[in-house]
Amino acid sequence: MSLLEINGVTKHYGVLEVISNLTLNVDEHEVVCLIGPSGCGKSTLLRCINRLEEISSGEIRIHGDRITGPGVDLDRLRRDIGIVFQGYNLFPHMTVLENTILAPTKVLGMGKREASEKAMAFLERIGLAHKANEYPDRMSGGQQQRVAIVRALMMDPMLLLLDEITSALDPELVSEVLDIVRDLAARGMTMILATHEMGFAREVANRICFLQSGQVYEQGPPAELFGNPKGERTQAFLRSLKKAGRI
Amino acid sequence: MAGSSSELHSETGRAATWRARGTTQTHGLRTTLTLVVAIFCFFLVAVSAQHIGSYAVEQGVSKVAALIPGGIAAVAAGYVLLLAIRAAMKSAAARRHADVYEARALGAEASLASWKALSWSGALLVVTAGAWFMAVNDAAVSRTFFDLELIQSSAGKVIWAFGTNVTIFAVSAVLILVWSLLIAIARTLPGEAGRPLRYLATAYGDLFRGLPAIITIYLIGFGLPLTNLPILSDLGSTSYAIIALTLTYGAYTSEVYRAGIEGVHHSQVAAARSLGLSHTKTMRYVVVPLAVRNIIPPLMNNCISLQKDTALVAIIGTIDAFNQSKIIAANNFNLSAVTTVAILFIVITIPQARLVDKLIDRDRKRMRAGG
Repeated sequence: MSLLEINGVTKHYGVLEVISNLTLNVDEHEVVCLIGPSGCGKSTLLRCINRLEEISSGEIRIHGDRITGPGVDLDRLRRDIGIVFQGYNLFPHMTVLENTILAPTKVLGMGKREASEKAMAFLERIGLAHKANEYPDRMSGGQQQRVAIVRALMMDPMLLLLDEITSALDPELVSEVLDIVRDLAARGMTMILATHEMGFAREVANRICFLQSGQVYEQGPPAELFGNPKGERTQAFLRSLKKAGRI
Repeated sequence: MAGSSSELHSETGRAATWRARGTTQTHGLRTTLTLVVAIFCFFLVAVSAQHIGSYAVEQGVSKVAALIPGGIAAVAAGYVLLLAIRAAMKSAAARRHADVYEARALGAEASLASWKALSWSGALLVVTAGAWFMAVNDAAVSRTFFDLELIQSSAGKVIWAFGTNVTIFAVSAVLILVWSLLIAIARTLPGEAGRPLRYLATAYGDLFRGLPAIITIYLIGFGLPLTNLPILSDLGSTSYAIIALTLTYGAYTSEVYRAGIEGVHHSQVAAARSLGLSHTKTMRYVVVPLAVRNIIPPLMNNCISLQKDTALVAIIGTIDAFNQSKIIAANNFNLSAVTTVAILFIVITIPQARLVDKLIDRDRKRMRAGG
């Protein structure tokens, strides 16, 4: 059984259909990259998985348990599904350490000391232990995004959603963030990434999904999808990226 | 070839016109006018200082006390005159100077000096007018509002009564901060289930923002004692004042809070909720702390106007500073004790107003620095 099953999900805002009858399964320890033109529904899909957005029809299951529909404990659900946003969204009134231990202490009831130790270990790993008492607005975008990843990891998620996490970064800061994702992939974290970093997607993903008009238009292992795309739209998309020097 | 040479030619033409137009501004007319204004101002101030000063001495004010303001006014007028003369001289020097750049520099100095002299003259004339207003009609204005003897003899009583204002302010300020936050949270309750409370909070806000504070105070101060309700009908007038002000300002302040809460970017809420924090915990740890940071200046403004509105409680007979001073004013047929109250309010509110300005300034700088 897959960790995540998305079955015939549709999401529309008024008459605008952002996701239409989309089906996708993700297995444990799999890294899936969602690629596709802007507005193809990548971000919306991720936000539907942890129900920051409500789907219009279809169903989503985690380990076979349906998490869409009424009566699902959303706070419980979100504890186990981490998300990292394009704009970092760190809490500006809290230090790095406070940002990272807020959810473990207030949601899981973990002791402050225990949470701090865990956070410091993570921060050590990504080389930001010395910034623990710094406020987010005094740090670079890359540093903030790395802290945001740690904040999500503090809850030990079984699934991590990464929503274009390098899109807001200056080019020279991208690699420090991607290094962490690479490390997480090596450790077996199940992840779904919406991304424009094709080189990175190719390297880190087990599977690439090309989304087009709210559907999975084509999917496959990176080598296949990038090397020998079958669909016309996929070919056109990759061609335009190549022209722009993005691959 | 021909085209390019004609273009070149016209370029030279442009350069020639540009250079020809590069004259020196000497501001001759303005500096001359300034000089006239400054001379007029100097004589007016000097004559006024002499007249008002000698009148004050006649009225028994000590010579030193009369001399100091008069002297300051005269010195200031002299300074203005000097400025104006300097401006005129610089302007003349600019006209004479052979070197264009030196002349321009002199012209600029003349311009600045003349503007300074004009603005000082304006200020001095206004102050002089004020002094005359106090002195005319046998100093009727001064006697009515600034009877120093009465101010001195009544100050103790008035300041003591001002303690009541401070008490009312301090207690209601704390109550308002808590009460209005509750209202604001009720107004931002989400979903269908939150609707009844949301509507109720909205209705409360509309009602008490629509009611003039003085009417709320009147209704509560005189109405509640008539109801014979236990506890509520037996409170002192100070307590009624506190209840009325809390209800009125609670409505205003809840709007400030609400603006702050709604001003917190939705991405912050998304981040908190995605970590598994409930609505309540998101409000408590993320939204409200961020909101409060953004609304400190408007909150302080409300605080200042609350302090001033504590004087409204005089209407229900609370012996606050205003009521006390009114009693003294009625007994002495002179308003100077009320002036004392006015001064007290000004003295406590001005520093706060400056603090708010500073906070707003700081916020603006931080915004400009890019978050």
